[in-house]
Amino acid sequence: MRTAVIHKSRSKPPVVPVDAATYWAAIARELAVSVDGPLNIAQLAVDRHAASANADKTAFRFLGEAGARRDISYRELSVLTDRFAHLLGDLGVQKSDCVFVLCGRIPELYVAVLGALKFGAVVSPLFQAFGPEPVRARIAQAPGRVLVTTASAYRRKVAPLRDALPSLQHVLVVDDLGDESTQESAQESLPNTLDWTTAMAAAAETPVTPDTTACDPALLHFTSGTTGTPKGALHGHGAVLTHYATARYALDLRPDDIFWCTADPGWVTGMSYGILAPLVIGATSIIDEADFDAARWAAILADERVNVWYTAPTAIRMLMKAGPALFAGRRFPDLRFIASVGEPLNPEAVWWGVETLGLPIHDNWWQTETGGIMIANTAENDLKPGSMGRPVPGVVAHVVRRVAGQPPERIATPDTVGELALETGWPSMFRGYLGQPERYRECFADGLYLSGDLVRRDADGDYWFVGRGDDVIKSAGHLIGPFEVESVLMEHLAVAEAGVIGKPDPLAGESVKAFVVLKRDVVADETLRRELLAHARRRLGAAVAPKEIAFAECLPHTRSGKIMRRLLKARELGLPEGDSSALE
Amino acid sequence: MPLDQEQLRTALLAIIKTLAPETDTAQLVGSLPLRKQIDLDSMDWLNVLAAIHDGLGVDIPETDYRHLATLDSLVAYLSGRLAKG
Repeated sequence: MRTAVIHKSRSKPPVVPVDAATYWAAIARELAVSVDGPLNIAQLAVDRHAASANADKTAFRFLGEAGARRDISYRELSVLTDRFAHLLGDLGVQKSDCVFVLCGRIPELYVAVLGALKFGAVVSPLFQAFGPEPVRARIAQAPGRVLVTTASAYRRKVAPLRDALPSLQHVLVVDDLGDESTQESAQESLPNTLDWTTAMAAAAETPVTPDTTACDPALLHFTSGTTGTPKGALHGHGAVLTHYATARYALDLRPDDIFWCTADPGWVTGMSYGILAPLVIGATSIIDEADFDAARWAAILADERVNVWYTAPTAIRMLMKAGPALFAGRRFPDLRFIASVGEPLNPEAVWWGVETLGLPIHDNWWQTETGGIMIANTAENDLKPGSMGRPVPGVVAHVVRRVAGQPPERIATPDTVGELALETGWPSMFRGYLGQPERYRECFADGLYLSGDLVRRDADGDYWFVGRGDDVIKSAGHLIGPFEVESVLMEHLAVAEAGVIGKPDPLAGESVKAFVVLKRDVVADETLRRELLAHARRRLGAAVAPKEIAFAECLPHTRSGKIMRRLLKARELGLPEGDSSALE
Repeated sequence: MPLDQEQLRTALLAIIKTLAPETDTAQLVGSLPLRKQIDLDSMDWLNVLAAIHDGLGVDIPETDYRHLATLDSLVAYLSGRLAKG
């Protein structure tokens, strides 16, 4: 029976109220480090286990598209990441230089990420479905000297813009083309690159002792705002304390678990919880190299005996759409906890979990900027389907209203909509937007990080997502900045202006829709529409490009000339357009 | 009169060209996975299947998706389904 609350029978541990600083200091002590002392993510994630009785435990189990399996133990991972760290040193890379990764979920990606962290470089993942323009815009912003990628991705996305990226000195290429029609190896056909296998074989494998501190930069994740270029959010090595504590508390992850985080490491979830958190816990992670496939996913959950599964609403809705036949006759006796992140999880999806997998799905909330899970439904707490849960230990949340020229007003009245704000100081809080100190400062006021997400908190203290406070589009859990899409459309000679919105989509949450105003005398027809779509997809990649392009006579503007995307969206949805006093 | 394999292939390429117009369909290798050759995300792929449903009247259950990675396998599958009526 569907109820408003799913009660948990699990006995709750006594709640010991401690302040945030005391909590994080205790977490650090557990890992034999301090919150502001020497600390390295790769040491805690890999080398610590490699030096323990768990050295031969499987850290990652890679499932190849064609059915191949490859296990990598903590010991092997330690040696491979030592090699990669040496390789960076051999190339003349300096501590805090940026290492980009752009490839699928293949073992080399994981070795590069952890090896670069061990070396003390800053790791920046680029999503493999990005087209050349998002790749260029991100690499150009960071002093990225090294890129690890595959031959196929390099050929399609990087080679054409290599000349425009002078900071990029070394490109390590994993040969994924193999013995395709050409006889030459990938490296011979890709000038100005280094072959991954050759370079790794030439590097030493003596142990590397990291010399970073908790405050040193470790991770650079790009995220999108309403305007301007993507923002590069920087996190320090100390962020790993949050990854560790929240994986245990919010995901119920334990050292003996088989864990499957389905997020791609090109995004913050796939980095924080797809790579780092399960390693620090000491668990075994399943990595599926293939694209989403409903039948394949159902088989992996059962056959790999997954204990804890962390996935996303879009994937869950696609599984729901696939229908009950997919799961008929399957049981999941090993599955103990399911969580979801990326966008609010609708109650139907929570109940689908109960009815199909035998467990509710626990929504949680966080952002690139927060670096880790901040608000969560947990194994212990009763769950209200549709709610994102409560702040995790060490995190203090408020619902606020911004007031011009004054500190934000904290709203105490339950069920009042306001902006979600967090008291600063948790270990994975971002340390800056690369090269954009002003934008960073704007995110904080009165000791609070202002998230830009609108929520309400009910009388029990559970949080409910209401909407974004800006025009950023959330599609399949990924943030897409409308400005980035509009800019690429405007590059086309036929386009005078473009306005881009998120159109509600039953599976992806939102899909990108563009309204395009053509230049005078240009004829709007199907041929041009396709040409614009092709242009956008070529430049932005499928994950960012519009799914729909509509021609418009004109776009609504504010008095100051900004496109009113909200109004475009209201019109698209047939909603009342609200206050139009700022219209031109 | 059911479509022959060549007509099915032409219909599929037209669907791909609508959703991913940047594709050079002449360059597509029928025996290699489509999504290795064309930049199609999960939403695009579902849209391809929806267009097959609308255009050819074949509803493909999710359990069959894994057999449809290449253009050749897609044509063979659709041809089989259409022959059964």
